[in-house]
Amino acid sequence: MGISLLQPVQKHEHLRQLESEAIYTLREVAGQFERPALLFSGGKDSIVLVHLAQKAFAPGGIPFPLLHIDTGHNFEETIEFRDELVRRTGATLLVRYVQDSIDSGRVREETGPYSSRNGLQTVTLLDALSELKTDAAIGGARRDEEKARSKERVFSHRDVFGQWDPKNQRPELWNIYNGSKNPGEHFRVFPLSNWTELDIWQYIVSEGIPIPSLYFSHVRKVIQRSDVLLADSEFLAKLPGEVPELRRIRFRTVGDSTCTGAIESNASSLEDILSEVISARVTERSGRADDRRSDAAMEDRKRQGYF
Amino acid sequence: MAAAGILRFATAGSVDDGKSSLIGRLLYDSKSILEDQLLSIEKASQQRGSGQVELALLTDGLRAEREQNITIDVAYRYFSTDKRKFIIADTPGHLQYTRNMVTGTSTADVSVILIDARKGVLSQSKRHAAISALLGIRQLVVAVNKMDLVDFSEHRFDEIAQEFSAFVAKLGIPQTEFIPISALLGDNVVEPSASMEWYSGPTLLKFLEEVEPHQKPFEELRLPIQYVIRPNQDYRGYSGRIESGALNVGDTVEVSTGSTARVQSLYVGGQAELGAIAGQGVVVELDRDIDVSRGDLLFAPTSPPLVSDRIEAIVCWMTEQPLELGRRYLLLQGPTRVSATVESIVHRVDVDSLDEQPVSSLGMNDIGRIIVHTASPLHFDPYAVSPGTGSFVMVDPFTHSTVAAGMIQEAVSKSEPEIVTGKWLWLSIPIDDARSLSSELRKFGKVVVVLPNNLDDVLIKDFLQQGIHVISVGGNPMPGSVKVVIEGQDTRPLTLEAILSLL
Ligand SMILES: Nc1nc2c(ncn2[C@@H]2O[C@H](COP(=O)(O)OP(=O)(O)O)[C@@H](O)[C@H]2O)c(=O)[nH]1
Ligand SMILES: [Mg+2]
Repeated sequence: MGISLLQPVQKHEHLRQLESEAIYTLREVAGQFERPALLFSGGKDSIVLVHLAQKAFAPGGIPFPLLHIDTGHNFEETIEFRDELVRRTGATLLVRYVQDSIDSGRVREETGPYSSRNGLQTVTLLDALSELKTDAAIGGARRDEEKARSKERVFSHRDVFGQWDPKNQRPELWNIYNGSKNPGEHFRVFPLSNWTELDIWQYIVSEGIPIPSLYFSHVRKVIQRSDVLLADSEFLAKLPGEVPELRRIRFRTVGDSTCTGAIESNASSLEDILSEVISARVTERSGRADDRRSDAAMEDRKRQGYF
Repeated sequence: MAAAGILRFATAGSVDDGKSSLIGRLLYDSKSILEDQLLSIEKASQQRGSGQVELALLTDGLRAEREQNITIDVAYRYFSTDKRKFIIADTPGHLQYTRNMVTGTSTADVSVILIDARKGVLSQSKRHAAISALLGIRQLVVAVNKMDLVDFSEHRFDEIAQEFSAFVAKLGIPQTEFIPISALLGDNVVEPSASMEWYSGPTLLKFLEEVEPHQKPFEELRLPIQYVIRPNQDYRGYSGRIESGALNVGDTVEVSTGSTARVQSLYVGGQAELGAIAGQGVVVELDRDIDVSRGDLLFAPTSPPLVSDRIEAIVCWMTEQPLELGRRYLLLQGPTRVSATVESIVHRVDVDSLDEQPVSSLGMNDIGRIIVHTASPLHFDPYAVSPGTGSFVMVDPFTHSTVAAGMIQEAVSKSEPEIVTGKWLWLSIPIDDARSLSSELRKFGKVVVVLPNNLDDVLIKDFLQQGIHVISVGGNPMPGSVKVVIEGQDTRPLTLEAILSLL
């Protein structure tokens, strides 16, 4: 089953409803908070967010900055794409570096073959939010991504330590979002809460939204580690016996290069990707090595203030 | 048929009726469960030592509930078929989670109520139907589950359907569909059942694919303003989502602050357009410079909303700190924010029996009818007509938490002459007891004076005309007063209840 593909957006009533809901949420952020920021990762969800923010505030510009937490282990393509998007939209971009958190001793770099800067991002992010006095951080997370997220609110409260308390969430009814808080606390806001991966791809296709080349099939040096394909790079520590090999792959999510898994694929157009997503038998986050650490991994990281 | 849109439904049932299994089944049979999710719940099922794959684990996400084996919060789930996209709000069934049910149902088009065929209609099933009715749900689906455990008996199914129909009739819900299912085996969920040939209706999924969400016939323009867009000196755009009605360039609109203007230009989703309809987010430019800000409402001058600073509403209390009369709360109605106090509680609704009871406060999970006084007039429509402008939440200004969800019933007009006169009671209790009784009555919003029995009845009539209740004590009952005899010791609680029912 699946909704028929490749129709113009006006034929997709569900996409129009999701779009309108997201625009409503973005305007609530602009209306309720003093210093919002849009967390931009370079992945497709945050690209869709930027597109929606343009629509929400046109003919004005996006009234808040994009904030990128740079692990220093990004794919080159992500950074090029980011800078091009900023040029195209006229948005303000702020970048904060995990490397700076390491240099200043705020975090200690992990070592070994499974090391990743993904976890360290949390500290850099929370430091950036308090430095910028951000009171609402808009993120591209979706409830269908992961079990712990299925219960998260659209306006999700964070205490002064940036932590989420899943057992003590505010009830969220109708279209009424309660953004009141004490000084020093902040909100994470998720305008794409009700979207699925398929909705995102259909929306990208029907709106013709540019996305980084990483999402399309290409030949790249990868390392196979159990059933995950990881991009070979100077940042990826190899296990004994691991040898990079050339494969035709693409990425389904784009995050830190050391823990974003690729899949073998020939999908070279948006249409190909859509058909692949529809017949997909593996959820997108499962390619991310960091979710594998434990079944409740996401819940634990979210409590600590992860994206 | 309308373009394939989104159908939102809330599932409700008592603990162990099979909600989580049903949702798991819907996702599984509609092929919305992906391989690695399946692997992960298979692993978890094995760890718990259960013989088969527990589809319920798909929806029971948070660690605490996986440990306690219950659903403790509203979880949202997604799947789609060729016909439409579905958003499920999976809500818990326990009494202490009534508020979560209210939350999940607030955005639903349809409620799916689960009944365990062995247990039949429980008070919890009724509560879920009653809450659905309060939240304006017009379509109920009653899935009679675990039919495999009652030998797929048509007689048992009919029995349950009859009993429940009788209850639902009292709620004024126009459409109720009964479907016999087995969430565990899959009968009548996605695939028709081979074991219940006596049933000729649709499967649950087919019903959900085809049900037309109730269209609110309300067509008056309501556009609450969310945010003012000012890219430069020459342009001011008012952004918001059209809750009902339509808006075109050239239309005259009135603002809740009192001014009128014409629509000069309209943006919808970033494009200049000539018109927009309900559900669309717009940016409106007006032809003259008037003061419009976040929280103001645009409407057509010919069909204004109701305006009042006193409203009567049904609320669900959502927090442990009970409702306090006279305390300041923040009221959020869409983007509108105003200070408010609760003036009085009309009654509490017992959602199991639908009885209305006098109370002095509402506690967590209570549903009651209250009178709210706002610091400035609210522009609104009754919830039943227009949920977008008839719903609100109340926020505690100190803890910032959301303490209540409300549905506006009507305006309480201030200028309305007090035709209500006070009641005159004569009580057989000592004057000191009567005084403490009167202060308790005051907590229920009743204004009461206690007078010795030898006063001039002109004075008493004066009080009564002002709507003040008079309690006389001592001597013999005077003509015109209602005699209330209280017997026995320690009768205070009894007295309070008895007196309240008289006032
Ligand atoms: N025999 C039978 N058992 C069922 C059926 N549906 C659910 N169950 C079982 O009832 C128990 C409670 O189910 P669950 O889905 O967790 O109920 P919830 O508390 O309403 O979410 C589990 O052991 C299920 O396997 C059914 O149709 N038939
Ligand atoms: Mg359950």
